[in-house]
Amino acid sequence: MNRALSAIFRRLVIVVPYAWLLVFFLVPFFIVFKISLSQTAIAMPPYVPTFGLAEGWSALFGRLGELSFENYVWLFGDPLYVNAYLSSVWIAGVSTALTLAVGYPIAYGMARAPSSVRPLLLMLVILPFWTSFLIRVYAWIGILKPEGLLNQFLFFLGVIDQPLIILNTTTAIYIGIVYSYLPFMVLPLYATLEKMDYSLIEAAGDLGCPPLTAFWKITFPLSLPGVLAGCMLVFIPAVGEFVIPDLLGGPRTLMIGKTLWTEFFNNRDWPVASAVAVILLIILVVPIVFFQRAQARAQEAGR
Amino acid sequence: MAGTWGRLNIAALVLGFAFLYLPIVLLVIYSFNESRLVTVWAGFSTKWYVALLSNQGLMDAAWVTARVAFLSATVATVLGTMAAVSLTRYTRFRGRVLFSGMVFAPLVMPEVITGLSLLLLFVAINFDRGFATVTIAHITFSMCFVAVVVQSRLMSFDEALEEAALDLGATPVGAFFQVTLPVILPAVVSGWMLAFTLSLDDLVIASFTSGPGATTLPMKIYSQVRLGVTPEINAICTILIGVVTVGVIAASLITKTRDVQRRRDEQLAERI
Amino acid sequence: MESLGSTRRSFAPWADPKAKPYIQIENVTKRFGDFTAVDDLTLTIYEREFFALLGASGCGKSTLLRMLGGFETPSAGRILLDGQDLRGIPPYKRPVNMMFQSYALFPHMSVEANIAFGLKQEGMPRGQIAERVVQMLKLVKLEQFAARKPHQLSGGQRQRVALARSLAKRPKVLLLDEPLGALDKKLREETQFELMDLQHELGLTFVVVTHDQEEAMTMADRIAIMEKGNVLQVATPPEIYEAPNSRFVADFVGSINMFEGKLREKGSRGSRIVRPDGLALSADAPADAVVGDMVWMAVRPEKMKVSGARPDNAVNSMEGEVWDIAYLGDMTIYYVKLDDGTIVKASTVNSLRKIGDELTWHDRAWVSFAPDAAVVLAR
Repeated sequence: MNRALSAIFRRLVIVVPYAWLLVFFLVPFFIVFKISLSQTAIAMPPYVPTFGLAEGWSALFGRLGELSFENYVWLFGDPLYVNAYLSSVWIAGVSTALTLAVGYPIAYGMARAPSSVRPLLLMLVILPFWTSFLIRVYAWIGILKPEGLLNQFLFFLGVIDQPLIILNTTTAIYIGIVYSYLPFMVLPLYATLEKMDYSLIEAAGDLGCPPLTAFWKITFPLSLPGVLAGCMLVFIPAVGEFVIPDLLGGPRTLMIGKTLWTEFFNNRDWPVASAVAVILLIILVVPIVFFQRAQARAQEAGR
Repeated sequence: MAGTWGRLNIAALVLGFAFLYLPIVLLVIYSFNESRLVTVWAGFSTKWYVALLSNQGLMDAAWVTARVAFLSATVATVLGTMAAVSLTRYTRFRGRVLFSGMVFAPLVMPEVITGLSLLLLFVAINFDRGFATVTIAHITFSMCFVAVVVQSRLMSFDEALEEAALDLGATPVGAFFQVTLPVILPAVVSGWMLAFTLSLDDLVIASFTSGPGATTLPMKIYSQVRLGVTPEINAICTILIGVVTVGVIAASLITKTRDVQRRRDEQLAERI
Repeated sequence: MESLGSTRRSFAPWADPKAKPYIQIENVTKRFGDFTAVDDLTLTIYEREFFALLGASGCGKSTLLRMLGGFETPSAGRILLDGQDLRGIPPYKRPVNMMFQSYALFPHMSVEANIAFGLKQEGMPRGQIAERVVQMLKLVKLEQFAARKPHQLSGGQRQRVALARSLAKRPKVLLLDEPLGALDKKLREETQFELMDLQHELGLTFVVVTHDQEEAMTMADRIAIMEKGNVLQVATPPEIYEAPNSRFVADFVGSINMFEGKLREKGSRGSRIVRPDGLALSADAPADAVVGDMVWMAVRPEKMKVSGARPDNAVNSMEGEVWDIAYLGDMTIYYVKLDDGTIVKASTVNSLRKIGDELTWHDRAWVSFAPDAAVVLAR
């Protein structure tokens, strides 16, 4: 009796979340893919379905030949989309590098702090992460705009006599991404740096290595798993970022998340929006799989 | 053992935390600005907070958001904990690789994709968009965050505890609820808090999946932000920051005092 | 101090007033906040010496070693190596190397790269590095493991890599922090002798920190017993064991029976004490105390005889009851409870096969010791 109950319990524990994710995470991707192969229509929903499972599998195979790759042809034919993809990857890449440059010294400083203050520092890094993303991006508008606080401050210092135009430029996007994603970079870096045996650095010093060389030869290579995890956590979502380019970026900065949003909400072109999403997913599949592998490996190691 | 905590390290931390906190602090300060011009200080005032209370649209959105966040966080915590248990305990079952992939992918998946795909699902099955769809969408991505938080706690959980419970005659189900769950409870609670704030903060996924009558607070804020910076938004942001900060600090203080109490008990026990 | 036989290799520069000291630790103090880890400590170590710092954890021995390595700076006092003051010289410029307790092998480098690390730092030509690495690998018998990463090695192999790495630069002094602490007992015993041979072969000065008295006794030329940041006694292993200078040292190294009493007589023929119960005990050893002081007469268990009948013409004998017996195979330890409640430990070597014993629990028994078996301790 008990044994049967346990088996049911065990099965439920696996099946319920599994089914949930299948239905609400995996299946939707197939729907996105399907709709990306449909044609646009002015209707509700605004697309003409190409095929449906309702007609059975045989019918499905029969109609495979009728699939419309029109949306993809359209995407690749229009330099707007191609440029949006390229500049998204470029902006995300540059921002990731900048986030690493800003985040590494913070993580290092935290890991070397006396162990009594480390929990406090950790909390200080996590706290902004709990506050709304939207709010944090919004806060920068007031700082970066031409009559904003940064320009006021620089005027006050006498550094500039013309306001710096930062808001609605790519620079503002960089600032926004670095700022919003900084905790995602600092936390995995801190985790690897904090775990590192300090006697390794002492051993390097003992063997004749000055501190800076010891950093590059020992600390940095050993922190690479954290560097990679942090970069993935910043890069992948940054490629598809919408809020930051929308609020801080200018009309001339193209990012694919914003393009998708515009296609969907403004142009109401669902099939093209879906095709945009499919291509974005294809671009991100390599880093995502890479990230999961690394995550799984870290898990195995932690076992 | 920490090495020398050099001046460079301290400088890096001071600059880093200034960068992290200055924008938020400025935002909070200017929410008390008398002037409508957000960036010109004209004296202290709380009038924007008063104005908020009479903004019915904002109040409605806040109420929707609170309900969505509470409901989705609660369901996500149950599902996420189950997912974490199956991933750490049951190392062998069919489709485990796919399962762990589905748990980790939403953590980095661009929100526009998650939002779009869920919307298309709801349209495909003819599900009316509104409160329910936003809640389902939030459960889906926040359960993965809960799973990760709980999983990392389960990883360091001594399985001998559960084995001891079984040895003393508890059923596996009983062992889970009487031994495992109480031990991992802090992680489950912080998973709930994380899910709650994720839902509270979400703009993109909610924009895709919500329908008429289910406008959430971030959606409302976003539509106003697009029109420009106003002290009113600063005020509502300040309230949100305040709620979250108080929540997080309270939670960590509770954990901390419990730790301190425990350490004191241990020391006392040593002495006797 | 009386001479107690020659130490190994009849190497004893400390007994030679003309010998030049190699490491001079002069009035060194190290404070961490309110805590004083090393307290006004002075110590001299000679070239080619195998020197052990022995003490319980927290006695300051590791801090002292870390000051030699340059990882901690003395709060006061100075340390000289071969006449040169080491103050202000960072670890990476000191001619000493350290073998870390955790080994601190670089996990992302192969065995070879770990050993070559220090040589690369000093800019040695590539060919010479390769040659030295091979030589070191041969020395620690790990030639076939050169390409492995540390996590692919057993504990004993890792220990040898750490040793090879710290020896590769031919340091003037090798500092070893609990070098054998992570090894199991059997491996530890083998490695002790390997370390000794290596030190002898290379002619280096070794300073080893350990909490294991057996390890220190086996390997070291001299041992410094440390407690609370101070050195209590510096002497050769036989001197430490047979002629401890204090109750702490006597009790820390091996086990010992301590009889408290008032000093009655002292002179060239020895000392006599009277225990509170009126029983007198005498020893050949001199006493460093004033007649009338309370002193302790200390006797090792193996120098204690136990018998079922009152021993004939024993100078020092006490009566009691067999309280406990521990049979250890090679020896048997008897715990005899004297009539005043003192428990006396006496061990006998089982040089003949025997099963069962003439003495058993609750028998009346006598413990006795010869006058030349005891030392008299004043503190």
